[in-house]
Amino acid sequence: MNPKAVPKGVAALRAREDPGPQAPEEAPLSKVGALAGWVDERAGAAKPMSYLLKKVFPDHWSFMLGEIAMFSLVILLITGTFLTFWFVPSAGQVIYNGSYVPLKGISMSEAFKSTLDISFDVRGGLILRQIHHWAALLFTVSITVHMFRVFFTGAFRKPREINWVIGTVLSLLAINEGFTGYSLPDDLLSGTGLRAAEGFIQSVPVIGSYLAYFVFDGPFPGEAIIPRLFTVHVLLLPALIIGLFTAHIVLVAVHKHTQYPGPGKTNDNVVGYPFMPVYLAKSGGFFFIVFGITTLMAALVAINPIWLYGPYGPTMGTAGSQPDWYMGFADGALRLFPGFFEFNIFGYTLSLNVFIPSLIVMPLLYSIAGAYPFIESWVTGDKREHHLLDRPRNAPTRTGLGAMAISFYLILFIAAGDDLIAIKLGLSINQIVRTLQVMLIVVPPLAYWVTKRICLSLQRRDHDLVLHGHESGRIVRTAEGSFFEVHEPLPEYDRWTLVQHETLTPLQLTATVDTHGKRRTGSRGQRLRAKVSSFYFADGVPAVTPAELVAAHHDGSAGEAIETGQGGEGQGSGAPEWVGQLHGGADERPDTDAYAGHEGGVDPAPTPEN
Amino acid sequence: MKALGSHRRHPAAIVVLLLLGLVATGGLYSLLAPRPAQAAVATADDVTSGRTLFLANCATCHGINGLGGKIGPSLAGVGAAAVDFQVGTGRMPLAQPGVQASSNQVMFTDQEIASLAAYVATLGPGPAIPDSQDTAGNGDVAKGNELFKENCAMCHNFAGSGGALTQGKYAPSLGNVSGQYIYEAMATGPESMPVFNGQNLSPADKNDIISYLHYLDKNQNSGGLNLGNLGPVSEGMFVWVVGLGLMIGAAVWLGSKAA
Amino acid sequence: MSEHGTESAGEGVSQPGTTARLDQGDIEGSGGIPERFTNPGLPPHVPRSADLDEKAAHRAERQVATLFGISMVATVIFLVAYFAIDQKTYESIPGIGQASLSNVVLGVSLGVSLLCIGLGAVHWARTLMPDTEVAEDRHPQRSSDQARRDAVETATSGRAASQIGRRPMIKFTLGGALGLFALPLVLQLAGSLGPLPEAGLSTTFWRKGMRLVRDPEMTPIKASDVTLGSVFHVIPEGIDTSAHVLEEKAKAAVILIGIDAALIQVPKERAWGYGSMVAYSKICTHVGCPVGLYEHRTHHLLCPCHQSTFDVTQNCAVIFGPAHRPLPQLPITVDAQGYLVAESGFHEPVGPSFWERG
Repeated sequence: MNPKAVPKGVAALRAREDPGPQAPEEAPLSKVGALAGWVDERAGAAKPMSYLLKKVFPDHWSFMLGEIAMFSLVILLITGTFLTFWFVPSAGQVIYNGSYVPLKGISMSEAFKSTLDISFDVRGGLILRQIHHWAALLFTVSITVHMFRVFFTGAFRKPREINWVIGTVLSLLAINEGFTGYSLPDDLLSGTGLRAAEGFIQSVPVIGSYLAYFVFDGPFPGEAIIPRLFTVHVLLLPALIIGLFTAHIVLVAVHKHTQYPGPGKTNDNVVGYPFMPVYLAKSGGFFFIVFGITTLMAALVAINPIWLYGPYGPTMGTAGSQPDWYMGFADGALRLFPGFFEFNIFGYTLSLNVFIPSLIVMPLLYSIAGAYPFIESWVTGDKREHHLLDRPRNAPTRTGLGAMAISFYLILFIAAGDDLIAIKLGLSINQIVRTLQVMLIVVPPLAYWVTKRICLSLQRRDHDLVLHGHESGRIVRTAEGSFFEVHEPLPEYDRWTLVQHETLTPLQLTATVDTHGKRRTGSRGQRLRAKVSSFYFADGVPAVTPAELVAAHHDGSAGEAIETGQGGEGQGSGAPEWVGQLHGGADERPDTDAYAGHEGGVDPAPTPEN
Repeated sequence: MKALGSHRRHPAAIVVLLLLGLVATGGLYSLLAPRPAQAAVATADDVTSGRTLFLANCATCHGINGLGGKIGPSLAGVGAAAVDFQVGTGRMPLAQPGVQASSNQVMFTDQEIASLAAYVATLGPGPAIPDSQDTAGNGDVAKGNELFKENCAMCHNFAGSGGALTQGKYAPSLGNVSGQYIYEAMATGPESMPVFNGQNLSPADKNDIISYLHYLDKNQNSGGLNLGNLGPVSEGMFVWVVGLGLMIGAAVWLGSKAA
Repeated sequence: MSEHGTESAGEGVSQPGTTARLDQGDIEGSGGIPERFTNPGLPPHVPRSADLDEKAAHRAERQVATLFGISMVATVIFLVAYFAIDQKTYESIPGIGQASLSNVVLGVSLGVSLLCIGLGAVHWARTLMPDTEVAEDRHPQRSSDQARRDAVETATSGRAASQIGRRPMIKFTLGGALGLFALPLVLQLAGSLGPLPEAGLSTTFWRKGMRLVRDPEMTPIKASDVTLGSVFHVIPEGIDTSAHVLEEKAKAAVILIGIDAALIQVPKERAWGYGSMVAYSKICTHVGCPVGLYEHRTHHLLCPCHQSTFDVTQNCAVIFGPAHRPLPQLPITVDAQGYLVAESGFHEPVGPSFWERG
């Protein structure tokens, strides 16, 4: 049969390739094997399966933080779906007649009533609600901590910039998903939050009142906001989150996970354990651990007790009105921003005191966060792929900037709880607000500076540790009568972690000479780049080099030429193990020092061995 | 038989002796200590003894005639209810000057408080000590809830856990407070609290509010530990410290090498 | 390769020539000392007790099995408790107090059942599964040059084959069609999501002659009911029969305060009040929370949301906090029966600011 000929008509039917009954290979070893074979014959799944099962994951607890978020997402999807079977997303008013006594006979929305029913009259309803809400808090907490880990270890560098941006967007979506979620029951606390949200929207210049009427389908509260929030919370945002999250982990699989530097780990490999069986068990187990801990919290600690808040009414409020923790920074910004910034311009009101903290701060912070990898790659000019993580101390400016951002965020966050701080600590709320306003300006630069100095100190400590080893506490008396403490050199595997890092240096402007012989010092952009690069990398403690280590061991013990340049391993020379590691005492003092050793012709310059 | 003194003392003897001494002292005290008298109806004797007590304990701040001194305001028209509340919760005599008088150790017996109240009531007409039927807390819990949310929650918090006011003042927690004091506080408006007179919240309304608060005292933990009923702030703190802590603990264990 | 030079030998190093010679002087240069330390490779593997000792492995197996067993028991407890415990049972739980027994038992049993599966699986992995580290090679993310060339070739030849380069009419109208097609979707949203505000934000339910009634009882208030230092939470009479009760309440909520007229410092405030009473909008001018905290000794109104503070003796001007404008005042008087009524509606829009507010 000529494969190129295309038979037509009946001939086509007869000519159709008929593979015939497949000769069975060996009988399938087991039912699982048979099933796998069935799928493979239809989807060619064996190769990708094998690829996935062999994948190596590095082992470090800080890599589990993203997994906490992932598993919390799964828990949220499961419990959330269950809740939708009982929750009624309607603002229609009904009279409550369920089992919670203090609300019997009270008029409330259907949404609130259905939430009360879930809490008191549906078997297992309360545990479902509480698991859902605790999982939501854990989701946002773990996203935040995961983001910090990725930032401080530099895991956002090429090729992972896209993933960082996706992650930033996921974080923003997650906190908004939480906001829409806890606003669904239409209770007093979340309703107050919705009222504030309407106030924010109203403050948008020019189109504010239109936007507010569009979002709420008329004046606040309206009957549309609850069902609309339901659609956003159950359909829109979960779809976006799941889509982006899938892209996020696919990229992790494609890029392979980063790893901390250590012996055996290079930029070109991943060292860890294979998915099958180790990580299947560990990750799978971790899912159950996360779910278990979340459920235990939900069993024992109440969260969002909407029956105590009561149904929302626009004339009622509660002391201590705060949003869930992840919106705290925005609430704090609202409390701290001075009221002075509302202006009347030609008969129009510009409410910057509301617009900026509520609608500018959040997108601005997230945009800066999302853009950071690109800022840093512009500063370093580094176009290589990075798969080895930075130890935070080895990137002091980045770590300092991160600390600055976190301290700014934390002060805003603390401001949201200012009235609770006032009653619990017996302070004046007015003084707390003033103090936090000042701290917001003063503390972040201070945090940057302190953190950077700490990083540099830690780098110096590492440097010293490599050069001088650990103090062993053993004192040795030499023949000349001087006493020295023996230092244990760092084992090679430990030392590697402290010396493997690369210290970047500031970009230099390359001044070129133009056709007239005049020095061209570079465009403004290039000059800015050089300045920022210098800000980043001017300070730094370079890693110890072998030559430095060798030099450090030449601290003047005459005649004891160094054998131990590589840390004291197996030279086979008869030198005692402490040779070359004697520190302190007369030998290290300058000649002019009164206590400098001068006996026996001690010569600070090392003599080569003959 | 050997003399007692020649026996070697058991090591536990000193502990037993101490315990015996403590029990004896405590027992003697409880036998002999004056029992606080039950509140009684105010009589003319009450007014006189109240005046004596007043001169001894209150006149320094509130003036000899109770019409105000350098530090304390005039008590004309505050009524017996105010005295019963302030002295009965230990707010008065003021332990130390500050932004606000807080509830404290009670310094007088019930009988003495009744006498003081009777005396101050004579200084000018004001809210009387409420009827026990209005403070029994046997009213409509749901109605009380509704009234509480409208009138009280914005200062005292949705569950009566307390809230901050300006300049370091605060609305205290309402947990485990007797109905009588809740009523009197509403009626007299102590410190920054507004006055909720009988036309604003009728005695039945006030009883309903008391019923709601007492219901809360008994039913605080429907969903589990309530973390102080302070809202999302305490929940957030819990999840960051305990929740994340447990998760990270599990992750560290997971990644560690087995023995 | 980096654009930066890696640091040269760094501070404190001695000059070449006096550096130690490990090579007995045979090799010229830096003495054979590498510029940087080299990766020593994976450290030697340390076996676990379960790798070496079958008894330890058996013990680990028993531990894992116990954990899975506890999980099974907990699941059974959940299944039983689901039916056995009545929803309305409240018991005193140690450490918690009176709590819903059903919630606690269901939750703890479910939690234990899940947790023990996890603990068992992880313990199994830690003790019995291989813990020898393996290394997988990475490949650059960048596709090979050939793959890139192929991709570019396919794209450009496809583009040429589509003739779009030679057909400007198609190109322009395609751009137009694609650029416009999403507009109907946007218009549907923007056009029908909600009504235009018109005067919605600027008017309230209050009219001249409307009685002030208590919220939520809806009973009118006599002027004589209001004593010094008292606070009434007030809405207009008849609002509960309006078509949109909550929406009207959200604008019409008023706080009526009994305050000594002599303390009022703004003449307009005294004029719009009645005797020793003034009425102000309860909707905060910051973002709209109800301003209900009245401190009657200092005459300050505090908003619980963001701590804006208004001074009632100064026409509710803002004295602290992020609000800017004072609370609007409702002019009040009494009717023939002595009940408090509004003299007119508010003279300015209530609540948070908006652009057209003026």
